[in-house]
Amino acid sequence: MGRGAATTFAESHKHADCIVIEGSNMAENHPVAFRWVMEAKRNGATIIHVDPRFTRTSAMADIYAPIRPGTDIAFLGGIINYVIENDLYFEDYVVNYTNAATIINEDFEDTEDLDGVFSGLLEFEGDPINGFEYEYEAGTWQYEGFPTTRAGRQGASAQSGEADAGGQESSDAIGGQYFEDAPSGPPFDDLVEYMRPDGMPQEDPTLQDERCVFQIIRRHFSRYTPEMVERITGCPQDKFLEVAEALTENSGPERTAAFCYAVAWTQHTKGVQMIGCAALLQMLLGNIGRPGGGILALRGHATIQGSTDVPTLYHSIHGYMAHPSALAPHESVKNYLLNETQPTGYWANTPKFLVSYMKSMYGEAATEGNDFGWDWHPKITGDFSHMASIVRMAQGEIEGMFCMGQNPATSLNGTFERSALRNLKWMVVKDLFETETAAFWYQAPEVQNGDISPEEIDTEVFFIPSAGVGEMSGSFTNTQRWVQWHEKATDPPGDCRSDEWFTHQLALRLKALYQDSQLPRDEGFKNLVWDYDYDPGDYPEDTRIQGAPDAEKVLKEINGYMTDDPDQHLTSFTELQDDGSTTCASWIYCGVFPSPDQNLAKNRRPDPPGTPGSHQNWAFAWPANRRILYNRASADPEGNPWSERKRWVWWDADEEQWTGYDTPDFLTGKAPDAEADPQGIGLDAHSGTDPFIMMADGKGWLYTPSGMVDGPLPTHYEAIEAPIQNPLYSQDKNPIAKHWPVEGNEAIAPGDPDFPYVITTYRLTEHHLSGVMTRWLPWLAELQPELFIEISEELATEKGIGNTEFVRISTPRGSIQAKALVTRRLRPLVIDGNVVHVVGMPFHWGYMGVVTGEATNDLTLLVGDPNVAIHEGKSFMCNVETT
Amino acid sequence: MAEPMGFFTDVSVCIGCKACEVACKQWNQLSANEGGAPQLSGNSYDNTRTLDGNTWRHVRFVEDFSDDENRTQARWLMMSDVCKHCVQAGCLEACPTGAIIRTEFDTVVIQADVCNGCRACIPACPFDVIEINPVNNTAMKCTLCYDRLQAGMVPACAQACPTDSIQFGPVRELRERADVRLQELQDRGVEDASIYGREEMLGGLNAFFLIEGPPEWYGLPEDPKLPSSNNLAGEGIFAAISGVVLAVMGAISFRKLGPSRRAAEAERMNADSTNDTSRPQA
Repeated sequence: MGRGAATTFAESHKHADCIVIEGSNMAENHPVAFRWVMEAKRNGATIIHVDPRFTRTSAMADIYAPIRPGTDIAFLGGIINYVIENDLYFEDYVVNYTNAATIINEDFEDTEDLDGVFSGLLEFEGDPINGFEYEYEAGTWQYEGFPTTRAGRQGASAQSGEADAGGQESSDAIGGQYFEDAPSGPPFDDLVEYMRPDGMPQEDPTLQDERCVFQIIRRHFSRYTPEMVERITGCPQDKFLEVAEALTENSGPERTAAFCYAVAWTQHTKGVQMIGCAALLQMLLGNIGRPGGGILALRGHATIQGSTDVPTLYHSIHGYMAHPSALAPHESVKNYLLNETQPTGYWANTPKFLVSYMKSMYGEAATEGNDFGWDWHPKITGDFSHMASIVRMAQGEIEGMFCMGQNPATSLNGTFERSALRNLKWMVVKDLFETETAAFWYQAPEVQNGDISPEEIDTEVFFIPSAGVGEMSGSFTNTQRWVQWHEKATDPPGDCRSDEWFTHQLALRLKALYQDSQLPRDEGFKNLVWDYDYDPGDYPEDTRIQGAPDAEKVLKEINGYMTDDPDQHLTSFTELQDDGSTTCASWIYCGVFPSPDQNLAKNRRPDPPGTPGSHQNWAFAWPANRRILYNRASADPEGNPWSERKRWVWWDADEEQWTGYDTPDFLTGKAPDAEADPQGIGLDAHSGTDPFIMMADGKGWLYTPSGMVDGPLPTHYEAIEAPIQNPLYSQDKNPIAKHWPVEGNEAIAPGDPDFPYVITTYRLTEHHLSGVMTRWLPWLAELQPELFIEISEELATEKGIGNTEFVRISTPRGSIQAKALVTRRLRPLVIDGNVVHVVGMPFHWGYMGVVTGEATNDLTLLVGDPNVAIHEGKSFMCNVETT
Repeated sequence: MAEPMGFFTDVSVCIGCKACEVACKQWNQLSANEGGAPQLSGNSYDNTRTLDGNTWRHVRFVEDFSDDENRTQARWLMMSDVCKHCVQAGCLEACPTGAIIRTEFDTVVIQADVCNGCRACIPACPFDVIEINPVNNTAMKCTLCYDRLQAGMVPACAQACPTDSIQFGPVRELRERADVRLQELQDRGVEDASIYGREEMLGGLNAFFLIEGPPEWYGLPEDPKLPSSNNLAGEGIFAAISGVVLAVMGAISFRKLGPSRRAAEAERMNADSTNDTSRPQA
C-alpha cells in the first residue's frame, strides 16, 4: 500500500468489531498494545487467533483456529476465495479505492496458467552471494498500456540492491532502454514530467473484464477452497469457515475488522507475500483507512520502526528511498531519480526527498556542481543482509565487525554463524552484558566440547559495556509510528556508554584520521557532516560523562531545516526543495521538530477518555501526525462517512476541506469530485476519490504490478523444509526464495523420514530475543529459567517422552537438548491426509547469563524472503528423540 | 478509617504476562527464587509455583482442554493470586505479637520490625499465603503496597497490569464492577464464571477474584475457615492459649530458625510441583 508501517494504531482496536491476530502471539509479546484488543473484547468484538500453537493470545480469543506453520497464504487465500465467491466484498470501496477494475497486460500469465509460477521467470545470473537461483522480469505484470520503462521505483533495486532482470549498467538506462534526452535538474520537475506515462490506466468498473485485476484474483484463488485450506493448513473446515464468517460479518460500511501480525509472518521465504495477502483481503473487505480496521504490524523491539525509518538497513536510505546501488543505473542523481522516482502519486517528490537528504549528509560541500556529492555516497554491490554477510564472513571476505544490539552467536544457524565469527580478525561487541557473541571464543559449545580450542581462534574481541535506556536521551518510534522522546534519568555506571556516545566518538576519531587523506575515495568521509557536539555552554552539568552528542541536534537534522538559516526548522515535508535550499535527513519525520523550542516527540497530552482518541497532542506520528493512514478511505466517494459508527475523516463542504478526528491523509482542500489530470504529475494525477496517495494510481493495490520481486499476487508455497509437497502446484517452493547452499547449511527434502516433525520457534513474554536483556536479570530469569520444547500429549505418548524429561532435537544443521513441556495446547494436525506433529521452541537461551541453555537457533537454516532477506525461522523440520 | 481498599483480579482478562510478579518484587525489593535460576516446573508456564514470604503475586496457569482430538473445549486460564486481605483475617487473629495489623485502608499488613518469626500466622491463613522470607526471617506477604497507598499511589502490581486484570480501588466500587463483568461473561455463555470472595466468605475478601471453573483449579479452598472456627470450646479458651504462647514468644526469638526452615520450604516447594492436582488433566 505504499508505506513501510502499520496503517493504524493500537488504540484504534477499541473501535473494531472483529480482530484477527495471525502471525503473532500478541498477548505474550505485545502485552501493552494488547490491552486495546481486550478493550475491544469488552466492547463486544470477536477476537480470532490463527496459530500453530494455543498461546496466551489464543486463551483470550473467542475463536482459535490451528494451522500448520507457514501455511498462512493458503488460509488467507481461502478467505479471499470465500469473500469473492459469496459476493461478500465491499463493492463501493473495492471499485472506487482499489485497483480491482484495472486492466492488466495481456501477456501476463498467472500461477494458474503456469502451474505455480508467474510469467517472466528467468535464471538468475548475478552474484551467488545474493542467494538467488531465479528472478522475475516483471514486464508482463504491468497495467495495460503502462510498461515498466517509465514506472520508476523498481522493486528489485529498491529491495535487494540488485539490478532489475534485464537491467543495464550504463547511463540513462531504465529497464533496458536509454533516455539520453531526459532533462536534468535541479529543478527536477521537467524530469518527473518527462517520466510521466501518457494517459490513465484502463479500467472496467463492472469488474467483468477477464483481464481486470478482480477477475485475475478470482481465478488465482479459485482453488483455495475450504477443502484445500484444510488439506494444506490442517485447520478443520468448520473452524476455517467460522473465521471467514466472523470476519466478513464484521466488515462493511457499519462495521470494521482489524488484522494484527508480527514476525511470525515475516520470518518465511514468502513472508512479504503473507502480509500482502492480508492487505489484499482487508482491501476487499474495505477495512483499510478506517477506525477499527487496518493492519497493525507489531514490532519486536522498542524502536524497530525507527530503525527502518532512519535505517540501519543495507538496502534503504532514510525515508524508504532505495539505497544507491552500483548494480543499478544509479551513476548520478539524475539517473537514480530516473529509476527510483514514481512520476505520479506522492513519490513524485522523490527529487526533493533525495537532494534534501544529500544535503544532510554532506552539507555545504554538496552543491549542484558536484551532483550534491553523489559520487561520495556509498553504493551497495549486492545483498548485505545479515545472512549474506555471514556467508561472506564464512568465506573470509569480512575482516571486522561491530556488533551492537545483536547476538549472532545464537542467531540463525548458530553453529554456522559462530564458524563465521572465527574468520574475523576483530570484533567489537557493545552490549549490556558479556553476550554469547562476546564469549564465543571460549564458551561456545564447540569450544567447550573440545572440537575447537581458543588458541585456534584469531578473532580479537573488544567488549564495550553499554548504557540502558534510562541512561540516555533520544527518541523511540513505536509500532504505530509514534516518535516519542525519552529523557536521560541517570548516568550509566563505570565505563558504560550509550550507543550514541560511542558512535559519535568513533565518528569524530575516524574523521580525524581521514582529514589529511588525499585519496579520492576518502572525500566522502571528509565531507560527511558530523556536527552533533553541544553548542558551547549548553553541555549538561548534571553528568560526569563528557563527549556525548546533543541528541536533539540529530533529531533536528532528521526533521530538516532551511539550509541558509538552520534555526528555521521545516514544519512539513511539503516545504522540501530539490535544489539544496532545504536540508532534511528523513523526509517522513519532517514536522516532528518544527521550531527550536518545539520538539513534538515530547508532547504528552492525551485525548480525554470517551473521545475517538487519535491523540494528536501525544508524541508525533509520521507522516504529518496522521494516526490512521489512507484515512480518506474512511469516507465514501462523496466524502461522507461510510456510516455514523465509523466516522473518522470526512469532507466539510461548507469549509471546502477535509476534516475529522485525525490529520487527513489527503490534500486538505482537494474536493471529492476533483478530477484526475491525465497529464498531471504527483497528486495531480489522482482524483478526489483516490485515497492511496503514495501509489502511482492512487489506488490500493490488490495486485502489485511492481515492488515485489516474487510475484504480483500471494501464492501458497511450501517452506524450504516442509513435510509435504505443495498440493496446489508442481512448483513446490517460492522460486525466488533466497538460499545459500554452503557447507553447514543443508536443507532436507520434503517428507524426509529422519526429520518428520514441523518445528516453529518463538518468544515468550518473560524473555526478550536472545535473552541479553532478560536472562541476566534474576527477576525475569526465574520466570522462565530453562529452555524447553513444547510437545503435544499425542507425540509424547508416541515417543515415550515424559514431562520435563530431556530430549534431543536435531536438524541437518545442529543438535541440541531441551526439557520437554508436554501439553494439550499443541495438537497434531492432519495434513494432506496424514498426521503431522508440530513442536515449538522458544529461542531465548544461550551459554551465558544467570540462566543458560542451548541455542535453539543452532537448528535453523539460512534461507530467506527474496524481498527483504528475512530468514525462515518459523517453519522447518526436525527430529525429536529421548536422550 | 478511610474507605476499604482492595484488588479485583479478573481471570477472564489475565494474559499471564507476570508483569505483576516482577513489579511486586521490584517495588518491594524481594529477591529472585534460587538466585533467578530455579528448575523448570513443567506445570504449564508457572515456574513461580507458590505464594510465599518472597513472592507476593503468583500467576497460576490452568490448562483446561477436553480429551477429544480437536480439543473442542480449550481454555488456558491465568490468575494472579495474592493475599486476600480478609475482613476476618486468620493471620491477624493468630498473631501473638501484634505484628499483623489492620490498616486505615482495611488491609492486613505484617510489620516486619515487630514480627518475631513465630510462624503462628502461617497455618492460620486458609489460603497458604504467608511464609517466612528467607532474607530477614520474618513472616511476609503482600502489604497491598501500604507504602504506596499512604502516598496516594496505586499498588505496583495493579499499576503494571497491561489488561486491567488487576484492578485497585474502593472495595465497594470494585464489587459493583465485578458484578457487571460477571453478568457480561454469563451473557456470553461462560457458565462457570463466578466471584470468589464475596461478603459471606470471611466477612469478604478485600482482594477478591472473578474466576472461571471451580476454585480448586486455582488452589483456592471452597470454604475457607478461620483458625478460631476450629475451636469448638469457644473464643475464651483460644484467647487463653494465645496468651500463654505469647508469653513464651516474648522470651524466644524465632528469627534464628532461618536456614533449616528454608530447606524445609524448598522441600515443600518440590513436593508442591510434583503433587499438583489442582489443575485439570493436562
